[in-house]
Amino acid sequence: MHLGHDHSHGWPSAVSADAHRPDGTRRALRIGLGGPVGSGKTATVAALCRALRDELSLAVVTNDIYTREDAEFLLREAVLPPERITAVETGACPHTAIRDDISANLEAVEDLEDEVGPLALILVESGGDNLTATFSKGLVDAQIFVIDVAGGDDIPRKGGPGVTTADLLVVNKTDLAPYVGSDLARMAADAKTQRAELPVVFQSLRSEAGVAEVAAWVREKLAAWTA
Amino acid sequence: MSRAALLVLADGRFPAGGHAHSGGAEAAVKGGLITGSDGLEAFCRGRLHTAGLVSAALAAAAALGVDPVALDAAADARTPSLALRVASRKLGRQLMRAARATWPSRELDVVAREFPKGAHQPVVLGVAARVAGLGADDAAYCSAYESVSGPASAVVRLLSLDPFDATGVLARLAPEVDRVVGAAVEAAGEVVVGGVDALPAASAPLLEIGAEAHAAWPVRLFAS
Amino acid sequence: MTTAGVRATARIAARLDGRGTTALPVLESDGPLALRRTRGRGDEARVMLVGAMSGPLGGDRFAVEAEVGAGARLHLGSAAATIALPGQSKGEARYDVRIDVAAGGELRWLPEQLISAQGSDLCVSTRVDLAAGARLVFREEQVLGRAGEDPGRLSSRLTVRLDGRTLLDQEVACGPGAPGGWDGPAVLGGHRALGQLVVVRPEFGERAPEPRVLGESAALTPLVGPAVLVTALAPDALRLRRVLDEALAALDG
Repeated sequence: MHLGHDHSHGWPSAVSADAHRPDGTRRALRIGLGGPVGSGKTATVAALCRALRDELSLAVVTNDIYTREDAEFLLREAVLPPERITAVETGACPHTAIRDDISANLEAVEDLEDEVGPLALILVESGGDNLTATFSKGLVDAQIFVIDVAGGDDIPRKGGPGVTTADLLVVNKTDLAPYVGSDLARMAADAKTQRAELPVVFQSLRSEAGVAEVAAWVREKLAAWTA
Repeated sequence: MSRAALLVLADGRFPAGGHAHSGGAEAAVKGGLITGSDGLEAFCRGRLHTAGLVSAALAAAAALGVDPVALDAAADARTPSLALRVASRKLGRQLMRAARATWPSRELDVVAREFPKGAHQPVVLGVAARVAGLGADDAAYCSAYESVSGPASAVVRLLSLDPFDATGVLARLAPEVDRVVGAAVEAAGEVVVGGVDALPAASAPLLEIGAEAHAAWPVRLFAS
Repeated sequence: MTTAGVRATARIAARLDGRGTTALPVLESDGPLALRRTRGRGDEARVMLVGAMSGPLGGDRFAVEAEVGAGARLHLGSAAATIALPGQSKGEARYDVRIDVAAGGELRWLPEQLISAQGSDLCVSTRVDLAAGARLVFREEQVLGRAGEDPGRLSSRLTVRLDGRTLLDQEVACGPGAPGGWDGPAVLGGHRALGQLVVVRPEFGERAPEPRVLGESAALTPLVGPAVLVTALAPDALRLRRVLDEALAALDG
């Protein structure tokens, strides 16, 4: 073993927030998607994959409460080849795996870059959790928090770290608003109060625009990352 | 070096991936072998004296500076279940990441490079203890305690067991943890002189069989 | 240190003879360990270990040494189960098995069960050294207590080496005085029969069988090397044997 070797080249990096891989190239941008159960995280990931896969090289890491369910949904939907989708097992605590102990997720993103790279983008999807779950800055470079209109139009008003601090707040399933009695204008106003200048996107994946606005935001982030 | 480093390394919040593993408890719960704190205690006691003893001896030997490559091969021979070898290496890799970020050292870098997909967790634990300035007994304590604290916190989640009962189990096992650590450190001392064959090889058939069954489940909460 | 126990070492050496079949230039019985050559299948030599008296008892030191030369094929069986019994002399009994198989040699080691009777205290040590290219089928079964009886103290360590590298090192300890939890949900879980089957074949180096679960409480798993291990627990000897036989038949088929 080469004890005298220079530390900066060829050694696996210890801390993965480093923007560079061991060979000196810039690593993929990592975007986290979190939010409560059933808000449409996996559907948004699937739609983003379809929107972006022809223009850039991307992969997905899922963090399931029960192992592999979200990964298997993505596989069934065939949004990406199977080798570009990895499931991390979270021991019944998905928020731990994306915030307090990110080691398994870091291994997953690094393995994806090693095995199917080079990659421009990795989407890290959290397991459905509560409003307090956010991604560690050691794991992702930006995060999207996905809520939906059916979960109650008071969620933006209640705030919480996800709603307040996420780089992008997505209010999903706007097509359902009339049926569940949610007031979109009120949600927008509350979100503005909580988030000041941070962006909010209202989307319905069943509409023609679909995920386009979120995809545009991802492209912007990517342009800034590679600049 | 600071003795408090032991608290950092042994802290359940040390970000090294342990939270996603049940140490075989999920399979035992599903098989009806653990239904409450008595079952948890019997499970932990058995695990402590088998897998726990072997892990603690590996960690102690690594902390004494025994060649990690030889220890890693000895861990393979003492871990016939493929599912358990995979889990141990995965956890070893995660622990290596946390340890290198916490106690940067050439010694850890060398082991990380030798095992890019992870060395067995107890081996990494021993090397981490060593670079943190801790001794063989500290490493053995971390490893032996982990062998019971992991299943205990997993069973709290799996059975909604009263967390005070689970902690009581760990406290009752403390004298046995002491004895296992004593045996592990003695064995590690023999390894320094006579090689890795002096390591204990205590095995737990139900843990081995349960691990293979668990790995084949389509749906589970824990990685192992 | 003196013990009143019996000391006995039986020896077997198997060699490929000039006609392409296996000869037994060494076949040494000793006291209670009697060896008989029986009719083998094809070019293999078959040896039966016959317990000429019950044992081992406390204080006894039994050993069996078997050596299989290049290209030779040996099958070892036993006529009946070995029963560890309490003896008049104090102290544990020992049973040591030493096996060497040369390149191209094959050993099928398929004795009957070891039964740990109440009050007995036996320490078994088995060491198998295989040269690269050797083939092995090795079965061991332990039954804890005769029918309706508590077990004695039993510890059994099995070490298998291939080309100088340790493939498997496992020790099981159970019965009174064994480390805590041995009968609990991590170790034996109330099962009274446990067994292991080790199969080493050079062709597993190319493609080892996938791990699989066998019934209620048994599993097959590939080792690090051209080998697999079947670990099985069962309520009794009969059901244990059925699981191990099925596993072996599947590997042979």
